[in-house]
Amino acid sequence: MNLKIVFVGFFIFLFSHGLTLAQESSDSAFTANDTISVVPPDVTPVIVKNVEVRDNPNDEGGAIRIHWSLSIDDYKGGKVVRYVILRGTDPRGKFENLGDVSSGTGQFIDNATEDKVEYYYKVAAVNEKKEDGRLLWSVSADSDIVGPVKSSAQWFNFERINVFVGTLFVCLAIFIYIQMAKSGRNLYVRKIAGLESVDEAVGRATEMGRKILYVPGINDMDNVQTIAGITILGRVAQIAAEYETWIEVPTCRSLVMVTAKEIVKEAYSKAGRPDAYNEDQVHYLTDDQFGYAAAIDGMIVRERPAAIFYMGAFFAESLIMAETGNSIGAIQIAGTGQPSQLPFFVASCDYTLIGEELFAASAYLSREPRLLGSLKGQDLAKAAILVSIIVGVVLETFGLFQFSGFFRVIGE
Amino acid sequence: MRREIPLIITAVVGFVYVIQYFIPHYPFNNLNGWFSDWFSIIGACAIWLGALNLMRISFDKVYKKRRDWGYSIIIILSFALIVVIGFGGGRDFRDLGTNFDWLYRFIYTPLSATMFALLAFFVASASYRAFRARNLEASLLLVAAFFVMIGRVPVGDALVTKVAGLISLPIPDAVLPSKIATWIMNYINAAGQRAIMIGIALGIVSTSLRVILGIERAHLGGE
Repeated sequence: MNLKIVFVGFFIFLFSHGLTLAQESSDSAFTANDTISVVPPDVTPVIVKNVEVRDNPNDEGGAIRIHWSLSIDDYKGGKVVRYVILRGTDPRGKFENLGDVSSGTGQFIDNATEDKVEYYYKVAAVNEKKEDGRLLWSVSADSDIVGPVKSSAQWFNFERINVFVGTLFVCLAIFIYIQMAKSGRNLYVRKIAGLESVDEAVGRATEMGRKILYVPGINDMDNVQTIAGITILGRVAQIAAEYETWIEVPTCRSLVMVTAKEIVKEAYSKAGRPDAYNEDQVHYLTDDQFGYAAAIDGMIVRERPAAIFYMGAFFAESLIMAETGNSIGAIQIAGTGQPSQLPFFVASCDYTLIGEELFAASAYLSREPRLLGSLKGQDLAKAAILVSIIVGVVLETFGLFQFSGFFRVIGE
Repeated sequence: MRREIPLIITAVVGFVYVIQYFIPHYPFNNLNGWFSDWFSIIGACAIWLGALNLMRISFDKVYKKRRDWGYSIIIILSFALIVVIGFGGGRDFRDLGTNFDWLYRFIYTPLSATMFALLAFFVASASYRAFRARNLEASLLLVAAFFVMIGRVPVGDALVTKVAGLISLPIPDAVLPSKIATWIMNYINAAGQRAIMIGIALGIVSTSLRVILGIERAHLGGE
C-alpha cells in the first residue's frame, strides 16, 4: 500500500514538475528539446541574416539598434512566429533574452545598455505552436553572433536639424528687425481692436464707478501665455491707476500672484499714484481649476465689475467665466493661446485677442521699437511658412513628396 | 541687481532649454529635468504664500465685517477642515479609507463636477447668441454648426436616410450629415485651427526670445 502511494506520488511529482520545467524553459531558450509534445518534422525556420548592430543615433546614449533581414521563412503562414533578441557581453558566454518582436519586423532597439560597454547580439527566429494558451512545442534558429558594439550619447540630434534651421531662421528674422527698429526705422503694425479697446473698457469702468477684474488664466509662470497676460496687466493697471479705478487681480497660482503684485505696484508708481496701490488688489484664490472658476463667478455676480479681462491660458473654465461676465453686461476683453477656447471667448466677449495677438500685445501697447521689431520678424517667419505651405501643396499635388518630408521631425 | 539677477537666471535657463532640445548629450539631457524640478520646488514652497494670502484677506474681511464677509467664514472653515484632516490621517495623498479621501470623493469631486456641468448650460446660451443669422458670416457659421451637430449623432444619418426613403430619393453617402460634419471638421475647421496655431507658435517663439534676451521686461515690473 505504502509503495503504491510512493509510486503514485512520484509520478504526480514528475509529471507536474516536468510540465512546469518545459513551460519555463520554452519561454527563455529555444531548442527543440524544450517542448511538451513531439516537435513535428521540418518546422525549424531558416536563420535570419545580415544582422547589423549599431549605436542608436541622435540619443542620449543607453541604446543600441539591431537590424536584420527577415528569415526567408517569414511570410504569412510561414515558419517564423516571432524573433527573439539575445544579448551578451562575451561571444562565448551566456546570452540573455531581451525581448521579442512579431514576425515581419526587422528591427529592435535595446534601450537598456550601459555606455562604453561592449555587447554582442544574436537574433533567433522562433517557430512555435500553442493551444489554448499552452505551449505545445517551440523551435528556434539562432543567427550568427554580431558585435561588439557600444552605445554612446551624441552631441547633436540630427533628426531635429529642420527644427534647428527653422529656429535659426525665425531668430535671425527677429534679430534683423530689432536692429532695424533700433536704428530708428518706422515699423507699421496693424490695428488690433482688442488692444485698442483697453482704454475704452477702463474708461467705462471709471464712468460707472465699478471695478475692473483681471483674470490672468489658470497656468503658472512657466507658461508663455501667462507671461503675455501678465505683461498686458501692467498696461491695464497703469491706465486704471491714472483713472483712479479699482483693479482686482484674483490669481490661480501663488507665483503668478507674486509677479502680478510686483507689476501692479510698478504700474501705480509709473502712473504717479504709488499711494493708491493696495496689497489686496492682487490676491490668491485656489489652484483648483473649477474652484477658481466658481470663485471668479461669485465675484462677478456679487460685485458686478464693469470691465473684465481674461488674458492667459484658459481651459474648460473659459466659457463658465465669460458667460457669467456676459450675463451681468460687463465689457469683456479676452486673449488666449488655446485654440480650443477661442470660439468660447469670441461668442461671449466683446473683443478677443486671437492667437498671436496676445503675444503681440506687449509690443503693441508699449510701442517700444525693439519689441515692435520682434513683431515684424515674427511676420517674416509667418510669410516664409505661408510660402512653404503653397510650395508644399503644389509639389504634393504633382506627387513630389520630398519637400514635405523635410518638415517631419523623425521620432516625434 | 533686483532686475539683473532674474534676467540672468531667465537667460541661462531659457538658453539651456533651447540647447537641450538639440543636444542630447550629458549634461544638457539632464538639465531640463533639473530645472523642471527646481520650478516644482519653488512652486510648492510658494503655495504657502498663496494660502497665507487667502487666509489673511479672509480674516481681514471677517474682522472688518466687509461686504459678503460670510463667504470668508466658509473659506476659513473649509481651509482649516481640509488642512487638519489632511495632515491628520494617512501617509500619502488620498490614502483610501481616510477622512481626507472621504472629503475628496464626496465633497470636492461633486463640487468640481457641478461647476463643470454648468458648462452645458453656458454652451447653450453662448451657441444661441453665436448662431443667430445676422449676416452672411454668421449664417455660414449657423449652417456649419447645424451639420456638425446633427452629423455627430447617429440620429442625423438615420433621419436623412428615412426621409429620403419616404420620398424615394437616392441619397449618396457623401451627403449624409455625418460625412458633411467630418468634411467640415477635417478641412475647413482644421485649416482655420492650424492657421491660428502657426500664429500662436510664432508668437510663443518671439515672446520667449524677447524674455530670454531680456528685451521683454514687463513681467518683472518694468518695460
